[in-house]
Amino acid sequence: MQEKNRGLALFTLLVFVFLLGPLVIISFTSFEPGTVLKFPPEGFSWRWYENIFEVKMFMTTFGTSMFVSLVGNLLALLLGVPAAYALSRFQFKGKGLLNAVFISPVLIPGIVMGFAMLKYVIITYNLPIYAGLLIGHTVIMLPFIIRVVASSLSNFDFAIEEAALSLGAGKVETFFKVVLPNIRSGIIAAILIAFLESFNNVDISVFMTGPGVSTLPIQMLTYVENNFDPTIAALSVLLMIITAILMFIIERMMGLSYFTKR
Amino acid sequence: MALLTLENVSVAYDNQYILKDFNLNIEKGQLISLLGPSGCGKTTTLRLIAGFLEAKDGRFLFDGKDYTRVPVNKRNFGFVFQSYALFPHMSVFDNVAFGLRLRKVSETEVKQRVEQILDVVSLGGFEKRFPKELSGGQRQRVAIARALVIQPDLLLFDEPLSNLDANLRVNMRVEIRRIQQELGITTVYVSHDQEECFSISDRVAIMNKGVIEQLDDPATIFKYPKTEFIARFIGFNNFITFGERTEQDGEIELRVGGHRFAATHNPGTANANAKKCAMRPDDLIVTTEAQADHETNRLPGTVKISTFLGRSYQYVVETDLGDFTVNQEMETPYKSGQTVHLLFPKDKMVLVD
Repeated sequence: MQEKNRGLALFTLLVFVFLLGPLVIISFTSFEPGTVLKFPPEGFSWRWYENIFEVKMFMTTFGTSMFVSLVGNLLALLLGVPAAYALSRFQFKGKGLLNAVFISPVLIPGIVMGFAMLKYVIITYNLPIYAGLLIGHTVIMLPFIIRVVASSLSNFDFAIEEAALSLGAGKVETFFKVVLPNIRSGIIAAILIAFLESFNNVDISVFMTGPGVSTLPIQMLTYVENNFDPTIAALSVLLMIITAILMFIIERMMGLSYFTKR
Repeated sequence: MALLTLENVSVAYDNQYILKDFNLNIEKGQLISLLGPSGCGKTTTLRLIAGFLEAKDGRFLFDGKDYTRVPVNKRNFGFVFQSYALFPHMSVFDNVAFGLRLRKVSETEVKQRVEQILDVVSLGGFEKRFPKELSGGQRQRVAIARALVIQPDLLLFDEPLSNLDANLRVNMRVEIRRIQQELGITTVYVSHDQEECFSISDRVAIMNKGVIEQLDDPATIFKYPKTEFIARFIGFNNFITFGERTEQDGEIELRVGGHRFAATHNPGTANANAKKCAMRPDDLIVTTEAQADHETNRLPGTVKISTFLGRSYQYVVETDLGDFTVNQEMETPYKSGQTVHLLFPKDKMVLVD
C-alpha cells in the first residue's frame, strides 16, 4: 500500500513538473539582464518588465483585448444567462440539441471555428474588424457562461421562484429579486472564467484581427517572430499573475469543482 | 354559494389528461384536504387553483369572479411548499416581509405585521436568522407566516409536513389546524398521509386517477367509504362481491354461491344497487365451531397464517369465498390449519361501489 502511494506521488510530481516547469523557467528568464533569452539567467534585472510599457503596440493591443473581452463578456452574459435559465428551468423539445449547439464552440477546434468565422464574418459579410473580433469572442465566451450559470441553477430550487410569484411578484421582478441573488456567485465565476478564455484566446483572434487591430496574445506572437529578447517572458509572467489572481477569486467564489461537474 | 368552484376543468400534459371534467366546490372558512396516492392529480389540482398551471378547458370561479386566466401573482393566495421554498438570501424578517413590500405597505406597518404573524407561528425573536440557521419545523413555520402575512383569500398547502420527522409532523398539523381556525381562512391541503388529512380537515376529497371518488367529512369516509379504492386506501382489506341483492324491511340480503349475508343500510354513500362489501380486519371475528351460533353472516374456513402483532394476532383465514384477514386480541391463538368460523357483524359490512 505504502509502495503504491509512493509511486502515485512520484507520478503526480512528474505531471506537475511537466505542467509547471516551463512556467518556472519563463519566470526566471524574464529577469535576464542580457538581450537574449537564457536559462538560467545571468543576473537580475527589471529591464524587460519596463520594456513592456515602452512597446506601444503592447499597450494598444492590451486595450483592444480588454475592450473585446469586457464588451464580449457583457454580450455573452445577455445571451447566456437567459439561455442557461431556459435550459435549466423548462422541459421542451430539442433541448438536448440546443444544449449541444450552445456548448459546441468548446468542442470544435479553435482553428476550425476561426476559419469559419473568417469566411462569414470577414469575407462574406465584410464586417469591421472590431465587430468581427467582438462576435468571435462572444461566441468563445458563451459556452462558458451557459455552463457555469446552468451549473449554479442546477442547485436552485425553482419552488422559490413560484413562492415569489404566489406572493405577488411579477416574472421579471422574481428573476431579479429572487433568482439572480441566489446564483450571483455562479454569474461572477462565469464572468471571470469567460474573461480568461477570451483574453488568452489565440486561435480565433488570429483570424479576426487585421491591419492595425490586434489583441495582446496575437501581438505577442508577432513580437516573438521578430525579437528574441526576454520582454515576452516578462509579459507572460504578468499574464500568469493576472490569471492566477482571477482563478483564486473564482475558487473563493464557488470552488473550481463547479467546472468539472456536468 | 361556494367560495371556490372548479367547473369541468381539464389539465393535460402532452395530450395526456391529468384532470378531465373535474369539479370541486369549497365553502368559505373550511379546510379541505385532497388525499390520494401519487399521480392521482391532487397536486395538479392544487397548482391549478394556485395558478401555476392553466386549465385547458373549464372554469375556475373564486368568490363569484372568473379566475381562470388570472395570473398567479394577481390571485392573492398563500402557498406553502413541500420544500418550504424560503428565500435563502433573506432573513426570516425579509422572507415574511417580501409579499407586504410588493404590496407597497409602509415599512412601519410591515414591521408591525411581520412581528405579529411571527408571534402567531411562535417564532418571535427569530427575525434576524437566515433560513439555513433554522430547523425543518421552524422553516415550515416561516413559510406559513410568509403565506399568511399577505392576508390571502385562500391558503394552499402542498404536502407541507412530508419533510419533517414523525413527532414534529403531529405537532405541526395541530398548529396548522389551530392557525387556520383562529384566522378562519379557507384552506386547501394536499397530502398522501391519510391520518394527517383526517385529523385536520373539515372535509376530505379522496382522489384517484384524476377523479374525486368521495368528498365527505373524515368520520363518514372512515366509516363508509364509497368505493373499493377508498376502502382499500383507508385500511379495509376484506372484500366480498355478491351475485344477488334483495331488500326487505330495511335490511339488505346478499347472496353468493349458496351463502347468505345480511347487511344494514349505511348513509347511502355507495350506489343503491352496490353488491360489494368491504370489511376491516378488526371488525371480523374468528371463532371455533362450538361458539358459533349465528345463523347468517358466517363462513367456515381454515387458518392459513397466524401472525403475532403485539397487541393482537393476525389471521389469514381461507374460505370458499377467498382469504380474509382478521385482527383479534386473544390469550391463546388459533393454530395454522385449525378449522374455524368467520363471523361478519352485519353493521360492519360496508357496501361499496
